[in-house]
Amino acid sequence: MSFDATFQNKRFNSVGTRPLRPDGIDKVTGRARYGADFNMPGQLVARVLRSPHAHARIKGIDTSKAEAVKGVKAIVTAADMPDLTDGDEALFAILDNCMAREKAMYDGHAVAAVAAIDESSAKAALKLIKVDYEVLPHVVDVDAAMMADAPVLNDTIFTQGVEPAPSKPSNVANRSEFGHGDVDAGFAKADIIVERSYKTEQAHQGYIEPHACVASCNADGTADLWVCTQGHFVYRQNCADLLGLEASKLRVTSSEIGGGFGGKTHVWAEPVALALSRKAGRPVKLIMSREEVFRASGPTSATSIDVKIGATKDGKITAAEATLRYTSGPYPDMWAELGAMTAFAPYDLENVKTVGFEVVVNRPKVAAYRAPSAPMAAFAAESAVDELAKEIGMDPVDFRIANVAKEGTRSSYGPVYGPIGIGPTLDAAKAHPHMSAPLGPNQGRGMACGFWFNFGGQTCTDLNISADGTVTIAVGTVDVGGSRASLSLIVAEELGIEYSDVKAVIADTSTLGYNDMTDGSRGTFSTSMATISAARNAIEVMRQRAAIMWDIPLEHIYWEDGHAKAAGSKHGNRAPLSVKDIAAEAGNTGGPIAGHSELVADGAGVSFATHICDIEVDSETGSSRVVRYTVIQDAGKAVHPAYVEGQYQGGAAQGIGWALNEEYIYGDDGRLQNPGFLDYRIPVCSDLPMIDTQILEIPNPNHPYGVRGVGETSIVPPLAAIANAVSNAVGLRMSHIPLSPPRILAALNAAKT
Amino acid sequence: MRYERPQTIEDATALMAGAEANAFVLAGGTDLLVRMQSDAFEADLIVDIKAISGFDAITQTEDGFVIGAAVPSAALSEDAALVAAWPGVVEAANLIGSTQIQGRCTIVGNLCNASPAADSVPALVAADARAQIAGPAGTREVAIADVPTGPGKVSLSKGEIIEAVLLPKPEPRTADAYLRFIPRTEMDIAVVGAAVNLSLGDDGTISAARVALGAVAPKVLLVEEAAEALIGSNLDEAALEALAVACSNASNPIDDKRGTVEYRKEVAGVLARRAAQTAYARAGEN
Ligand SMILES: Cc1cc2nc3c(=O)[nH]c(=O)nc-3n(C[C@H](O)[C@H](O)[C@H](O)COP(=O)(O)OP(=O)(O)OC[C@H]3O[C@@H](n4cnc5c(N)ncnc54)[C@H](O)[C@@H]3O)c2cc1C
Repeated sequence: MSFDATFQNKRFNSVGTRPLRPDGIDKVTGRARYGADFNMPGQLVARVLRSPHAHARIKGIDTSKAEAVKGVKAIVTAADMPDLTDGDEALFAILDNCMAREKAMYDGHAVAAVAAIDESSAKAALKLIKVDYEVLPHVVDVDAAMMADAPVLNDTIFTQGVEPAPSKPSNVANRSEFGHGDVDAGFAKADIIVERSYKTEQAHQGYIEPHACVASCNADGTADLWVCTQGHFVYRQNCADLLGLEASKLRVTSSEIGGGFGGKTHVWAEPVALALSRKAGRPVKLIMSREEVFRASGPTSATSIDVKIGATKDGKITAAEATLRYTSGPYPDMWAELGAMTAFAPYDLENVKTVGFEVVVNRPKVAAYRAPSAPMAAFAAESAVDELAKEIGMDPVDFRIANVAKEGTRSSYGPVYGPIGIGPTLDAAKAHPHMSAPLGPNQGRGMACGFWFNFGGQTCTDLNISADGTVTIAVGTVDVGGSRASLSLIVAEELGIEYSDVKAVIADTSTLGYNDMTDGSRGTFSTSMATISAARNAIEVMRQRAAIMWDIPLEHIYWEDGHAKAAGSKHGNRAPLSVKDIAAEAGNTGGPIAGHSELVADGAGVSFATHICDIEVDSETGSSRVVRYTVIQDAGKAVHPAYVEGQYQGGAAQGIGWALNEEYIYGDDGRLQNPGFLDYRIPVCSDLPMIDTQILEIPNPNHPYGVRGVGETSIVPPLAAIANAVSNAVGLRMSHIPLSPPRILAALNAAKT
Repeated sequence: MRYERPQTIEDATALMAGAEANAFVLAGGTDLLVRMQSDAFEADLIVDIKAISGFDAITQTEDGFVIGAAVPSAALSEDAALVAAWPGVVEAANLIGSTQIQGRCTIVGNLCNASPAADSVPALVAADARAQIAGPAGTREVAIADVPTGPGKVSLSKGEIIEAVLLPKPEPRTADAYLRFIPRTEMDIAVVGAAVNLSLGDDGTISAARVALGAVAPKVLLVEEAAEALIGSNLDEAALEALAVACSNASNPIDDKRGTVEYRKEVAGVLARRAAQTAYARAGEN
């Protein structure tokens, strides 16, 4: 039976309430099991040897001395991980990133790994592995990598997407283009044009829990992996492909997750741990240190972006154009393309053109980070929009409202919008008390908009009703932000039972069908859809059971308010049967009651937000403090409002850190200088004000409750909102993120002279 | 690796003197334990000094204060007489890390770790504090500024352990202040640190001053020209400007992940000004 996902406007009992999350107590008492908390009998400790060079040919690796160290059970290099990728370039990039093959492509690139009976033997062995490197010229800066004389990282990369195809290899892997209309004609109609270049530095997701796993390859060809991940089904597929295992024979169990934000959607250490276990014949535990996390996992792109926007004197944008250059680490990817798609998404533009260049550099392979690529594009676009509003003499909110996209607008990346929330978030910003609050001395106010696509994807859930009428729901999307609470609310809503009678668990890969990972803000959107469908399937079963219990035809039974009821005057006097009543009789009416669902959740509604912030700048030191911050975002329907607010605040907090202080700093030698939280400065609690939130609910027509994903959009506006606020505070346009104190002071000094 | 927890300073210095290689004194451990995590670190002997009698005491004497080498920073702020006498030293020690770190870390550890950015060291130098050192050959006293010799290096000889920091009894109408610049609000390392200690004459003019800077050179700097800029003034704008210029000129920093040369030079002047204003206001109240 196919599932009708269309929005039905109904009144809710459970959805929209704020009960405590089921995983909360274990997390605050330290009982929750994270990636490093799994253990196996006889387990070995793994350590990884990493390249100290930004770019080097590996001429040879001698492991003989290390193998002789007492307690060492296995050493693997690329030779132990044969290339089974069969021409799949994306998969090959994952393999090469897990263990360098011919060349080390960045400082921190894995070149060998050891499994030993304890930490000290593993450490001793690492020191005895001899790698013969031929150091090669390197490049880490995005603009430098595009220069004609830059060292070419990979001579099989010929820029795609350009005509005619280039005859020489370069570091530009791909060119993409989006837009419509005629920008030249549009600029010709403009009274005022703003044109500016921007840069953003590379940031890390900064999850508190480092990557950790236990891998166990068994003698019978099966294998187990316990791991901290955002997507255990995807990890299973990647690991199986790279190691030549059958997917069904590799059972992957996800742990609790101490943050991922996109950084745990990619495998790094897991295939290596499996390869070590296979070679040693024993389980292997691999935990990355914080330094390894920074040097070898995670980061987002560093970017260089040019924006040009023109408008008429009365505030209508006539054309908008952007060129976006994004680093992707050493392997081609599509990060600039995402930036090019999102840059101007909030606006209704007649003429728009964006071009994205994917640039390979000697930095770690870029991973998704919460609305990947959109924050940098929004920083550039929204800075220019703000500057243009100022030049025209219009209020920045009014200027945006005058050009805002609405239902029926053709988006800058192609599709025509359905009902969307950008206009309402701007109206809410205009009306918000924050917008009219007085500013103190040395303070500036900024605002900015942000967009993210959201994603749906493959989802599979099982709902089981116990004999006592309580319910377990098994889902395959890892809970990164309270989804077990939200999904329990959905079950309670559909079945008409109490939230406390529902237990939600994350099933492993052997007990449930495939699920895409928790990314693209899809967790609650897609899994709630499958959960509603599974609950409705279970209700169907319960109707059948009620028919047996009452011995009346199925058509005479309907479901209402958590009960089977008999329709019509003939049966009208029967007391309705509750879930508990029906469950108690299940053994006599056909066995256990369950509802199953598998679907592809289409129609994830796009998501928009508007942020407002006030910043105070100390003009003598360049130091800045966020003094007030407000997030306004469309949630479609907030299933659990407290956890929606948590997503809004979390994204804003990460964006604030990125905007003000977070950056990868490389030395001239191409080595990362700040692989730790001391010098990679994420905000601490006292750096942030309470972040205010306002939830708007513009229903997504493609979800029964109107839900849209909310996890990512909140990180899109902060870079721009903060840059606009700082620019207003100091009276200078700031165009290089992060706006660290030395950068602000240097700009102030430059303006003086 | 051997771990020892001697009860007397004689045993402690004997252990350190007799060690073959890689022996470390352990005070609060907030630097040492972090270093021990690194793959490159190797230790044969750790001598924990927290059980040595008297090491956890702050004693007021006729000459001033004796702060034992195992006194945690948090305890400094709980000693009212010390806070009244040397508010700048206490505020510097209580900028280190966080509440948790301050419950453990010591100013002697801060000094002996010999980071150019150590927060309590400029304040101690400005206060003209001295280190009391015990060793196999007996005890000696040196100026705080003479303990660190460069990043990670100290002038202690084999077997020597600092027993205590000695702070003088301040002259009347004397006060100190310490300020540092960090990009965050806490849990950070000073990009620049500035300490000012000054005394006022009867007419309110500055009669004596000491100005010290951190994180702008391989080790703490005592800036004589900065002190001269203050002495004889009422901290008027000209004096403040001369102070800032002297501090910027004396700074000899490097470009690194925490700040540029130009940035550090400029901010050294800004912080010295602000610290001088605080110290001046405090001295006026004394
Ligand atoms: C999270 C965190 C934040 C921090 N923030 C700051 C900060 O804001 N500002 C700052 O300045 N520092 C900071 N630090 C560094 C550290 O806390 C300080 O340097 C602290 O004062 C060290 O004192 P300790 O007693 O813990 O030293 P320990 O770690 O015990 O010792 C440090 C060094 O001194 C030697 N040593 C200790 N005592 C003696 C002695 N009596 N005689 C001879 N040698 C001795 C040790 O052998 C070792 O080499 C931070 C550290 C951490 C972990």
